[in-house]
Amino acid sequence: MTRFEPGAKVRVREDCPPGHIRTPVYLRGKPGVVQRYFGAFGNPERLAYNLTGPKKDLYKVRFRAADLWPDYQGSQKDVIEADLYDHWLETI
Amino acid sequence: MSGHHHHDHDHDHDHPHAPPQPDDKVHSYHQILSIALKELLIEKGVITAAEVRQFIEKRDSITPANGAKVVARAWLDPAYRARLLEDGNAAAAELGFPITGTKLVAVENTSDTHNVVVCTLCSCYPRDLLGLPPAWYKSRAYRARVVREPRAVLREFGTELSDDVALRVHDSTADIRFLVLPQRPVGTDALDEEALAALVTRDSMIGVALLDGGAR
Repeated sequence: MTRFEPGAKVRVREDCPPGHIRTPVYLRGKPGVVQRYFGAFGNPERLAYNLTGPKKDLYKVRFRAADLWPDYQGSQKDVIEADLYDHWLETI
Repeated sequence: MSGHHHHDHDHDHDHPHAPPQPDDKVHSYHQILSIALKELLIEKGVITAAEVRQFIEKRDSITPANGAKVVARAWLDPAYRARLLEDGNAAAAELGFPITGTKLVAVENTSDTHNVVVCTLCSCYPRDLLGLPPAWYKSRAYRARVVREPRAVLREFGTELSDDVALRVHDSTADIRFLVLPQRPVGTDALDEEALAALVTRDSMIGVALLDGGAR
């Protein structure tokens, strides 16, 4: 059972922990919509230090370019998608 | 290797000599770290120099032509296209291109959606299918700008998208590797699979280029 279904509105956790983080800073705190579920994958935040731990659910999340960049010059249809682990996503 | 000459004539003759080229620039901290690690692993017998060379040789044998075959098959065979969009690893393996350790996801360009791929955090790329990424793909400029002003970046590649076309930038932040399935160029109905594959370029599979001219 996954926490999010496609279409779910989420927000990326606004956080700045040390270490090997695969959540880009430009997406932190930003709202997005879950597109699809990819499965559970090893957590790079642990693997980077040769540590084990539970696998994390991985989702493709879509962000409107205009939500990321207030002065965005392209089309309002433009989106950025990133692959984010469950523990970085909050329900909104 | 020493750069010294061992011949004994003087260098006062007048045929043109290329100036001596030092064969290495100064290594960065991380290059030195990587060389030291490799030497230690070899010294301790974990790997051999031949294995390292074989790995590099195998890597270098993978080229965008592999991806082009996948694209051409997807254009010709709707069932294969569906399998590719459903499970990229299985579809690539069908054509003899095994993908290990990552999940290949094909994203399809249509008349109203254009896809482009980046890895803002490092240089993730579908290497098992396309080989090593081009130098610009790893540059800070491409990585920073293609999520910030993607249309301006595409324009610099000669790719002009109309505002009616939604642009979708895929940031490869995890274990997924993206392959753009470009649109089949118009006027190619008579071509067979091999001829179609020859049309498919690396840049079209990254999404910075179109195959049917520079504008859409």
